[in-house]
Amino acid sequence: MSDLFNANFVKGCSAIGAGLALIAGLGPGIGQGFAAGKGTEAVGRNPGARGQIMGTMLLGQAVAETTGLYSFAIAIILVFANPLAK
Amino acid sequence: MLTQNAGASLFLAAEDVNIGVDGLLRYHLFGHTFWLTTTHVSLAIILLFFTVFAIIANRAIKKADPYGKPSAFVNILELMVEKIDGMVLGGMGEKGMGFANYIGALFAFILVCNLSGLLGLRPPTADYGTTFSLAMITFFLIHITGFRYQKFGHITALFKPLPLAPVNIIGEIATPISMSLRLFGNILSGTVLMALIYGLLPKVLLWFWPGALHIYFDVFSGCIQTYVFCMLTMVFISNNFEEE
Repeated sequence: MSDLFNANFVKGCSAIGAGLALIAGLGPGIGQGFAAGKGTEAVGRNPGARGQIMGTMLLGQAVAETTGLYSFAIAIILVFANPLAK
Repeated sequence: MLTQNAGASLFLAAEDVNIGVDGLLRYHLFGHTFWLTTTHVSLAIILLFFTVFAIIANRAIKKADPYGKPSAFVNILELMVEKIDGMVLGGMGEKGMGFANYIGALFAFILVCNLSGLLGLRPPTADYGTTFSLAMITFFLIHITGFRYQKFGHITALFKPLPLAPVNIIGEIATPISMSLRLFGNILSGTVLMALIYGLLPKVLLWFWPGALHIYFDVFSGCIQTYVFCMLTMVFISNNFEEE
């Protein structure tokens, strides 16, 4: 390994990569907002079914959150348990 | 000079931040090295709590008079069992009532694990070993139920449109991984954020501000994820109920 591409270089690039990985938070944000909007519409049309709509909406939002959590796991691995920087 | 000191103190505070699993005791078994970690300690405390709770609840139910007025504690126990039964009945139908015991145990365990962050323990569900074991139990339950109700149709259903067989197989394998990562990621993100806030903020702010975050990350997020894990387990298992 040359002087330029040493362990610190790898660590810095990993930090940048961890930051970039969190861009994936965009997708779940859009999806959860969409689900919440549709849930509000449904409650407006049928206020009696509020509890059921709430449950279904929260379940759907939690499933939509998964992709964001994958990116979070990658960011955590890059920062705290980096396999590249030995 | 001042800014340098401020920066140094910021980094000093950040070094106190501890988000990982700490090893407490190292031991050797069959030529491998294992660690007794903070997760094990939290798990032991939680299991002790459940054991004591079960013994007390068992005594209270045995002493209860079926024709008289139930005491407050027995009333709460009945309410819990009724809620779990109602949830399983709504999620799986009549056929799934045999799973009510497992779902109830799963619900109680994950809920107490998630809420244990409030007591200063490291939540055991913030360790991938715990959540992956729970997800593997679900995985085996899904396929054992599939074999019981559909016999070998459960295997041949994977190859139904033959070109899509790899997609179906990857989909089956992805189920426990996504379930475990969902629970793990949610609880770990709460733990990491709380640790960063405790490590980085000045002492004055810590007296009142993290309380609101504990409500969100530990109580709200923990309850939602418990519900989601149990709901997904029930949905995946009951998908295999219909015979061909």
